[in-house]
Amino acid sequence: MATQETDIREGVDRETVETVQNMGSYKYGWETEIEMEYAPKGISEEIVRLISKKNDEPEWMLEWRLQAYHRWVEMKEPDWALLDLPKIDYQDLYYYARPKSMVEKPKSLDEVDPKLLATYEKLGIPLKEQMILAGVEGAENINLEERQVAVDAVFDSVSVGTTFKEKLAEAGVIFCSISEAIKDHPELVKKYLGSVVPQTDNYFATLNSACFSDGSFVYVPPGTRCPMELSTYFRINAENTGQFERTLIVCDKGAYVSYLEGCTAPKRDTAQLHAAVVEIVILEDAEVKYSTVQNWFPGDEEGKGGIYNFVTKRADCREPRAKVMWTQVETGSAITWKYPSCILRGDDTSGEFYSIAIANNYQQADTGTKMVHLGKNTRSRIVSKGISAGQAQNTYRGLVSMHPRAKNSRNYTQCDSLLIGDKCGAHTVPYIEVKNNSSRVEHEATTSKVDDDQLFYCRARGVGEEEAVALVVNGFCRDVLQALPMEFAMEAQSLVAISLEGSVG
Amino acid sequence: MLEIKNLHVKLEDEDKVILKGMNLTVETGKVHAIMGPNGSGKSTMSYVLSGRDGYEVTEGSATLQGQELLDLDPEARAAAGLFLAFQYPVEIPGVGNMTFLRTALNAQRKVRGEDELSAGEFLKLVREKAKALKIDAEMLKRPVNVGFSGGEKKRNEILQMAMLEPKMCILDETDSGLDVDAMRLVSDGVNALRSPDRSFLVITHYQRLLDHIKPDVVHIMADGRILQTGGPELALEVEKNGYADILAAHGLTEAK
Repeated sequence: MATQETDIREGVDRETVETVQNMGSYKYGWETEIEMEYAPKGISEEIVRLISKKNDEPEWMLEWRLQAYHRWVEMKEPDWALLDLPKIDYQDLYYYARPKSMVEKPKSLDEVDPKLLATYEKLGIPLKEQMILAGVEGAENINLEERQVAVDAVFDSVSVGTTFKEKLAEAGVIFCSISEAIKDHPELVKKYLGSVVPQTDNYFATLNSACFSDGSFVYVPPGTRCPMELSTYFRINAENTGQFERTLIVCDKGAYVSYLEGCTAPKRDTAQLHAAVVEIVILEDAEVKYSTVQNWFPGDEEGKGGIYNFVTKRADCREPRAKVMWTQVETGSAITWKYPSCILRGDDTSGEFYSIAIANNYQQADTGTKMVHLGKNTRSRIVSKGISAGQAQNTYRGLVSMHPRAKNSRNYTQCDSLLIGDKCGAHTVPYIEVKNNSSRVEHEATTSKVDDDQLFYCRARGVGEEEAVALVVNGFCRDVLQALPMEFAMEAQSLVAISLEGSVG
Repeated sequence: MLEIKNLHVKLEDEDKVILKGMNLTVETGKVHAIMGPNGSGKSTMSYVLSGRDGYEVTEGSATLQGQELLDLDPEARAAAGLFLAFQYPVEIPGVGNMTFLRTALNAQRKVRGEDELSAGEFLKLVREKAKALKIDAEMLKRPVNVGFSGGEKKRNEILQMAMLEPKMCILDETDSGLDVDAMRLVSDGVNALRSPDRSFLVITHYQRLLDHIKPDVVHIMADGRILQTGGPELALEVEKNGYADILAAHGLTEAK
């Protein structure tokens, strides 16, 4: 078995190299010309009502949104991050856009906007799943080949479809868009929505609470191991559109689920706003793995355009022995503001955070995690690899907090920064609070440059310069890459290489 | 095979001249040894030939099978068949030894227009070569040179050489830091790779390596050039009497 593992890893590395050689700088930079239906620009109580109406929501949901909206108008953008934030005009954005072809369900693939299908194809989603995503009636019954991943695709503001619903339903797993969940499973949504990230949590989460247009919902019933990986693809296509998706995952007692999230956006020279919220509730003995490969358009070489990514992600290990693992590969976005966090509430719960954050050209990243130890004997582990190139600024910001009740808890943090070139910056900002005498917190941090000797050694063996950088950087990220599910690991390795193209020589 | 003509090299950032009109010809299939006191420019020569940054060639040329090397990137020189076994092999954390070897081998094959090896083909080849060099399979799985002993690092260099099958191999003080047994293992590896169409340039301080790897020609280098050339007996003479006489004959002192 060990040998087989090695062989696969070998294949992964080869994949990276080939991808680097074959790809342009931002593969997903295309834009699909699809007829869209927009709400008027700007945010107001009317727009919030409109979004709620478009989604055919019950009254309680609208009330919830309005509460958030009224709070939001009184809030201020946070300014503590190490980010040079351009002024965002929140009234100059579209808060709702959906492909027109989604208004009525198409009867067959012929009726589906071919451009929508082309989009899925470019994203690498197989044809039969494309049909389901495009909402073709009856497509669920087509005999699909055995695949491991169920997909929910969110295109601009709306979920355009979810695959494998029936197979998941057999196992009792609910995987659907959040708008469907609000209608079909109101008791679950009511109980858990906002229970991890409250409506008023922070500026961006509150904005999201008011105007989230769609997202994914997962419920795994007690004692169930979800039979396949669940995956969401987010894509911002329409211009001047903010994307505000909301993900809610509930993993009931003794259940397990692995969830993958991928994101892309077209190349544009105007910036786009993305403010998402992910809430995860984990009950007794349950375990959730949440992996993200974030590849939003990072802006061009001069720093024009790109996605402003303000995301609130939080997992609540609510009951004893619950476990969560966040793995993220952040290569895109002009600005990243993101701190996937673990609330270790139950006794003996554990949280892990593995992160690779790459910032090239004029990208800015301020990212990290929060480990809040509330229960006894709780464990957390943080492994962060930050890579800066070009003129980029990359900050790790992390909180480890041991509350008085969190006796005998432990944290281990390892933060490594790698610099490529002499115009970029790496910053590490750990916050550590320990309020009991029996807990232990360890923090290790290193900062290094890509070593000329390493590059020369690779080149003297025949490896080209960019490939050599990719090799060395992938080595630097190894601990984190290994934490990713296999198919994501491949994508992530290629991304690492692509996002560093042109950073040497 | 390798022809160095009137090579002058200085450090890029300083005015220090290191190679001062070096001439050297290594014929196909021959093993040449270069000996010389510290600071004579031996290692610089190996770095300049393989294309390391930081040196400026002010005059002269170096050709491999008639192809000018000095205009090429390091990776192109490697693909052309040049191999440098490093005096201090570099550690690359997180990069598996196998991944490294396979990336390098396929990069070279690609440049030469040959098919890349599949995972299976590669694995078969590397296991075969490692076995021949008595290299433990465990070593192949570890990150490149990380935590390797001095002997393991040097053997790893020889494994790379065996995998990449270069035409011209330069061994830069491969014996430094090795105990007697490790030196024998490394030398056996090199000897196994000797062939009528492969040449070697062995840089060393000590005759004892040349007991294992028998050279056809021995050069004495000092002050950035070759002072004297002879057969294997020249190395024995240096071992016995030191460099003083040879240096003195060229108006140099040992302190130089």
